[in-house]
Amino acid sequence: MHPALSVILFTVLSGAGYGLFSLVAVLQLTGGYPAAAPGEALLQLGVALVLITIGLVSSSLHLHNPRNAWRAFLRVHTSWLSREALLAVAFYPFALIHLWGTATGAGGLTAAAGWLAVLLAGGTVFSTGMIYAGLKTLRQWHTALTPANYLLLGLALGAVFMAAVHAFSGGSDPLPVALALGALVVAGLMKGIYYLWIRLAGGPTLNTATGFTRAPVRLMDPGHSAATFLTREFGNDPGRGRVERVRLGVLGLGFVLPVLLLAWMLQGASAVWVYAALLSALMGIGLERWLFFAEARHSVMLYHGLQRT
Amino acid sequence: MRLGLVIDLDTCVGCHACAVACKQWNTSGTSGPLTDESPYGPEPGGVWFNRVRHFEVDDYPHNKTVNLPLSCMHCENAECVDVCPTGASYKRAEDGIVLVDHDKCMGCNLCAWACPYGARELDPAEGVMKKCTLCIDRIHDAALPEAERQPACVITCPARARFFGDFDDPDSTVSRLVRERAGQKLLPELGYRPTNTYLPPRTAPPVPTDDVRRAQPVTGVEAWIPAPKPR
Ligand code: SF4
Ligand code: SF4
Ligand code: SF4
Repeated sequence: MHPALSVILFTVLSGAGYGLFSLVAVLQLTGGYPAAAPGEALLQLGVALVLITIGLVSSSLHLHNPRNAWRAFLRVHTSWLSREALLAVAFYPFALIHLWGTATGAGGLTAAAGWLAVLLAGGTVFSTGMIYAGLKTLRQWHTALTPANYLLLGLALGAVFMAAVHAFSGGSDPLPVALALGALVVAGLMKGIYYLWIRLAGGPTLNTATGFTRAPVRLMDPGHSAATFLTREFGNDPGRGRVERVRLGVLGLGFVLPVLLLAWMLQGASAVWVYAALLSALMGIGLERWLFFAEARHSVMLYHGLQRT
Repeated sequence: MRLGLVIDLDTCVGCHACAVACKQWNTSGTSGPLTDESPYGPEPGGVWFNRVRHFEVDDYPHNKTVNLPLSCMHCENAECVDVCPTGASYKRAEDGIVLVDHDKCMGCNLCAWACPYGARELDPAEGVMKKCTLCIDRIHDAALPEAERQPACVITCPARARFFGDFDDPDSTVSRLVRERAGQKLLPELGYRPTNTYLPPRTAPPVPTDDVRRAQPVTGVEAWIPAPKPR
């Protein structure tokens, strides 16, 4: 699949934003948020909303006819994209009520709004994962591991953001750092399982795509001399070597390096290392999203020369 | 009614006439235009509802060329319709035809991602998704003579390799062909239950060609060419 920059930005940034919002809100609502400065929680939630909004805006950039984007809320009963859009928009009022509650210190109903916002945030990220997991045409995506990855990676990146904003506010509580470390380890394990799984599983082949299952089949001519919509959209093949190099980058920058830096911080290293951890995790998970697209092979490519998906 | 096509891979000669007729009919039809991108440039491109690809099956000396035209299969389990967030993509209850309402499409491409057969192509000029309509503006057009209420690709095919009809009617030509020639669906494992069905090549003994030359009144092309006359 062609990795579109707008979709990579959208899924990484909004995933991190929803993760950050959920973690901060849950800690606040359970009374465990270790605020170092008075406005810190507000700053955390503000950063989350900015990340989410940048993500949502960049997601609308890949529409070719945005005039009709309002219609995207109409098919909630069958379409995960519709569900994602609805949940993403429904999140805002409750998130803003929670923000207002945080600013004014009001409890009661605003706490209920906070919990609802957390649920809607989780639902949005889950729907994003299900958009991809629901496509039977891409065997690398058609798995329960896809929404699990989206949820865990969003939480992990959100947790690293939370630790960074906490350090920025002058805090030095170990809780955000420990949370970020734990979330990165769990997300990294899940990603590792996914990378092993896509090696093992098989999918449609050129034989089932043409109906000739008792003899080898080869493409002689795709019938067109230049690129088509199909080859541009689905025909991205970065090559084995590049894929493996990027995979090393994902594991190293996305998980190993930030985990080591955060662990070092728990041992007493300076809090500035959290920014390095954040930068590294952002780059690594950006690469992860690129690989998620680049490595997925659409069944249409069987009709363009691929032997198996 | 479950309307669709049967394509005979035994007789398809891979001439692309169906693809061209499709483009010609539909570019001025209800789903048109089928926008071209730099049609006279070095890299011509554009929207097609029907594309023909060419494959080699098996190894020499048992190899055979098979031409595979692919257009929308009007699947019974059309997940391209389920994933569409706007409701622009829909499947007609009365005849099973899958269509896109261009006025509602927002050009998100998700339906093209969900189609295993590459039947949907985005029109870059209009920003909306386009696809085979099963020539809905021909097959239901009462103003056309009965015999012409067929898709453009079916009427055009010079090898008579394409058939149109109702798969729910057990006596229709398409149902009979599928029954008698062991019609196959493509990518059945994905569960889309495509309506369009492909007839595999027949296994006929090869016609002996060793004696062809001897039986001909003319033994070679040279014999047809008059010898140059010196002047
Ligand atoms: S062939 Fe593709 S576009 Fe046509 S109905 Fe099936 S899934 Fe949809
Ligand atoms: S591109 Fe158009 S028809 Fe296809 S899923 Fe998006 S809105 Fe629906
Ligand atoms: S049925 Fe009509 S629209 Fe579909 S491939 Fe044939 S000519 Fe094209």
